[in-house]
Amino acid sequence: MTEEKVGVYVCHCGHNIAGTVDVEDVAEWAAGMPNVAISRDYKFMCSSLGQELVEEDVKEYGLTRIVVAACSPHMHEPTFRRACERAGLNPYLFEMANIREHASWVHTDDINAATEKAKAIVGGSIRRVMELEPLEPFIAEINEPTLVVGGGIAGINTALEIANAGHPVYMVEREPSIGGHMAQLDKTFPTLDCSACILTPKMFDVGNHPNITLMTYSEVEQVDGYVGNFTVRVRKKARKIITDLCTGCGDCWSRCPAKVVDDVYEAGLGYRTAIYRPFPQAVPKYPVIDVDTCIYYEKGTCKACQKFCPTDAIDFDQEDEIVVLNVGNIVLATGYKLFDARKVPQYGYGRLANVFTSMEFERMVNASGPTGGKVLLRDGVTEPQTVGIIHCVGSRDRSYNQYCSNTCCMAALKFAHLVKERTGAEIYNFYIDIRTPSKNYEEFYHRILEEGAHLIRGRAAEVTDAARLPGEEGKLIIQAEDTLIGKQRRIPVDMVVLMAAMEPYDDAVEVSHRFGIGCSEAGFFTEKHPKLDPVATMTDGVFIAGACAGPKDIPESVEQGAAAAARVLTLIGQGEIEIEPIRATIDEDRCSGCRICNNLCPYSAIEFVEDLGVSRVNPALCKGCGTCVAACPSQVIEGQHFTFDSIMAQIEGVLYDRMEDTERVTYLGSQPAEAK
Amino acid sequence: MSPANDHYAYYPGCSIRSTSKAYEQSTMKVVESLGMTFQEVEDWNCCGATEYFSINSLPAYSLVARNLSLAAEQGASDLVAPCSACFLNLHKTDKYMGKYKDLNEDVNQALAAGNLGYEPGSLQIRHLLDVIVEDIGFDTIAEKTEKPLWGLRVAPYYGCLIVRPDSKYNPEYPTHLDELLRVLGATVVDFPLKTHCCGGHMTQISDETAYELIRRLLHNADEYQADAIATICPMCQMNLDVFQPQVNRMFKTDFDIPILYFTQLMGLAFGISEKELGFGSEVVSANAALKKIADEAPEKAKKARRDKKALPMPESLP
Amino acid sequence: MQDNSRGSSFYKRVIEATPGGEALSLCLQCGTCGGSCPSGPDMDATPRRLFAMIAANMEDEVLGCNTPWYCVSCYYCTVRCPQEIPVTDLMYTLKRMAIARGRYHKDAHVTFSSNFVDLVEKNGRSFELGVMTRTMLASHPIASALKASGYGLSMMQKGRVSLTPEHIENMPQLTAILDEAKHIASQKE
Repeated sequence: MTEEKVGVYVCHCGHNIAGTVDVEDVAEWAAGMPNVAISRDYKFMCSSLGQELVEEDVKEYGLTRIVVAACSPHMHEPTFRRACERAGLNPYLFEMANIREHASWVHTDDINAATEKAKAIVGGSIRRVMELEPLEPFIAEINEPTLVVGGGIAGINTALEIANAGHPVYMVEREPSIGGHMAQLDKTFPTLDCSACILTPKMFDVGNHPNITLMTYSEVEQVDGYVGNFTVRVRKKARKIITDLCTGCGDCWSRCPAKVVDDVYEAGLGYRTAIYRPFPQAVPKYPVIDVDTCIYYEKGTCKACQKFCPTDAIDFDQEDEIVVLNVGNIVLATGYKLFDARKVPQYGYGRLANVFTSMEFERMVNASGPTGGKVLLRDGVTEPQTVGIIHCVGSRDRSYNQYCSNTCCMAALKFAHLVKERTGAEIYNFYIDIRTPSKNYEEFYHRILEEGAHLIRGRAAEVTDAARLPGEEGKLIIQAEDTLIGKQRRIPVDMVVLMAAMEPYDDAVEVSHRFGIGCSEAGFFTEKHPKLDPVATMTDGVFIAGACAGPKDIPESVEQGAAAAARVLTLIGQGEIEIEPIRATIDEDRCSGCRICNNLCPYSAIEFVEDLGVSRVNPALCKGCGTCVAACPSQVIEGQHFTFDSIMAQIEGVLYDRMEDTERVTYLGSQPAEAK
Repeated sequence: MSPANDHYAYYPGCSIRSTSKAYEQSTMKVVESLGMTFQEVEDWNCCGATEYFSINSLPAYSLVARNLSLAAEQGASDLVAPCSACFLNLHKTDKYMGKYKDLNEDVNQALAAGNLGYEPGSLQIRHLLDVIVEDIGFDTIAEKTEKPLWGLRVAPYYGCLIVRPDSKYNPEYPTHLDELLRVLGATVVDFPLKTHCCGGHMTQISDETAYELIRRLLHNADEYQADAIATICPMCQMNLDVFQPQVNRMFKTDFDIPILYFTQLMGLAFGISEKELGFGSEVVSANAALKKIADEAPEKAKKARRDKKALPMPESLP
Repeated sequence: MQDNSRGSSFYKRVIEATPGGEALSLCLQCGTCGGSCPSGPDMDATPRRLFAMIAANMEDEVLGCNTPWYCVSCYYCTVRCPQEIPVTDLMYTLKRMAIARGRYHKDAHVTFSSNFVDLVEKNGRSFELGVMTRTMLASHPIASALKASGYGLSMMQKGRVSLTPEHIENMPQLTAILDEAKHIASQKE
């Protein structure tokens, strides 16, 4: 080991590190560690000059191992591994010491402490790098097909981009039709384009694309494998319709006697039948039978749909089908759900008839909605003369969601315009801040001001039907502080619209586990890097797009859909991918066969070999997380690149400055070099 | 569900012993007929109402904590208060001592001067209504109901402090008192202002402000044709009842709505006599309202047929 | 000279004197408190505006406002505040500070509160009649007595006024606790 030569590079990272850590001192100190052949500090190690510095030193000094003390390995470990490779070193003989997030950024008030801590971290890395072994990456082939989960506007765009490039796509959608929330809207801001007019051609393309296999009314149940080689189990829920025979004529649903409130597509504002097609432009065109509300499944009789079906396409006995797909990449575009406004009791939703949610209102103003596009009170007859629109319902509120829901200000302004256009009513918007930071959004805001909407800066405190003052009888009263005046106001209105927040679906956390990706506490999926890698996740080959990663409007969702497609196309184009060779291995001679590791493995990568009575790691599935390594009672599982020896060596290195010389001899097996 | 007879420590509070004796009278009758035993906290002191906290903070918390300490010493697991303000002060002090370490240390240091101490969280602080609804339950109350309050239209008035700032009930639109009154046979009217303020101590500061708050409540109950308002707090009862004539004078109104403790209504339904329940001490007489109680259940309003044009109404939260 | 720093002075003292007061720094100025307040229309400044003034260290103006004295302790502001600011508790803090500085608003019912506290400290229990008579005598004896005679009389007739105060048995214990609490509080100032 003594012939090893380590090069140490301490990065200033501009002021990020050098502002708090005495980088020259750290570099000088590192030079005194055993086996360190060269130790330098440099302004920006990640720059091309910094990388070249490493490459030149390897050649000039014959360095065999490299430590770069800089930022988190998250970003630049790959950078320096490539530099090592260019210089002819195995890239796994490189170690990154994080003295930015772990030292300079967290100890800004104490330069001495930060510097001492940086030395300890660097010392640990120097000792650790000595124990590393050269590794060769695995090569995985990329299966050409891609799975897109979710058929809203983000998923539609992803699927079309990939399919148009000539590659097969499977699209899985939970509802009976694709289209997502965009299909429910009437107009889109700020251009006031008809939502259906711009969406339905894309839906049609998805439904008819030779490269797209569409599976609606279906859900992903299980995902195994890794980038390039995922195996996905999909449950196709029984539609109770033989789609090969169905023409989508509509004779069935027009005869169905079971009328139920449609909580999904009509957002609770309209009705549908038990056998139904969510909306006329639905893709695919086939209906489904909702077995929970169908009279036949409850009482054993009815079958009106079957009697009237001209093509015998109704099959009451049809069962769920399981389909197994092999795909190379997965894009999650699972969207959002609307915040349940009943959780804010002071706004009276669910109690006061003329309080509506934003999605109910979208359906109301939609020409194909329950009122044919007329703005009407809950009685279905009366046009309102005054409408109050309340912003930030369930968002910007620590009792519900702390985040800003991003799209509601513009939607609320759009509503103000539509109410004005259709009824001429007086409009009061109650807001905390108006947020319109996108192309032509601010201009749209000004247009609404011009149209005469009253914008009251103050979060609505409550909506009540308890009249107190003259003129309030029979009205809903919105009470709020007009903060620009500094006075409490009570505005009597006929109708209230609550701008409910965008939230992750209730099962978002479960879904994130199923696909092996991270999500925030709220349940929004976590991107690999919020700025530089917004559609990738920490799991290679799994991408995210649209509102499943946070509240987004249509343009943003479309952009993300296309971005995710581009990332997938890159991988398909490469045809294969290098996979980190960091895996766990079990010493089968010493394995007692206790099987503790089998169930602990989060990736189900450990199988039990019955005839030998031992456990074995499947390297294709193992992600090198180390859970089994720590759990093995016989200590016979070793994590490559994180061996016991390398971890012990790192601890010794961290404690280097605290050790006596004699201890250094004992533990490090070498005399320290003369301190400079 | 069945109440152990000795696990309730009982904190009456000052008002119930002076301005609101009818509340305690009816409470004791109801509690007895439900087979519960309340053990009064020995030598309890005033909870400080809202006043002490505006003068001096730490002594106010210490004042309240003496009661907590005495109650805990009696070996009770639950401390019951029939007054909303007392409940709030006891509950809040217990919660804050648990949440803020410094406060807990200071209060315990003060208590130590009287050879007392209190470990936050060792008592469940509960309002009387909560104990009756949760521990006794509607089924038992329905069984006990001999003379249902048929035909009596009652506005359920919760006031502020049993639902805010911190309770397991909906802070804006609770329904447990509604449900209780319904079980007693009364017709419960919608009462949108059910958790609005009775004016608290404002009657002592500004007549105009206080009477306006009282007027709103009476007006709202009147709009829904309530025969009576059911209350759960001495302060609420006093403000709405004693000041009702003043409100009528100031706003030229003619409200005549008796303000009754929920325990009085429970007692009536249980067949206990009006006298034993302290009726007669209310300023706005309950006589006319009580005469409305009928021998037969009112006809149930027919379920209106769905108007074909009407849009579906969202269901309220369960 | 106005002190604009947040790190010192009035702003900091208000926070320190209130359990959970740190949340004051999170105020979005949304007005939920002022919009919810039942006596909001009668306040010189809404709680929201008061918080902006506290952040600007406008101590005299803040303590001179009637706002905290019109707080009815209904806690609507506290449960509705989207930033979980303990608004009601802050009103109590401002009352205490105003009393300590002797700078309270003319509508403040300090006499009522302090009479209440005096009697509790003397007897261990409150005594409505005592508080009321002492408060009236201290302010406008004739006017308020006339006003009170209406409801006072009806309460008297209904047997709802105790003529003598109740008191607890172990008064020395309570006094010792309160004295110690006052001692601890004064040391912290």
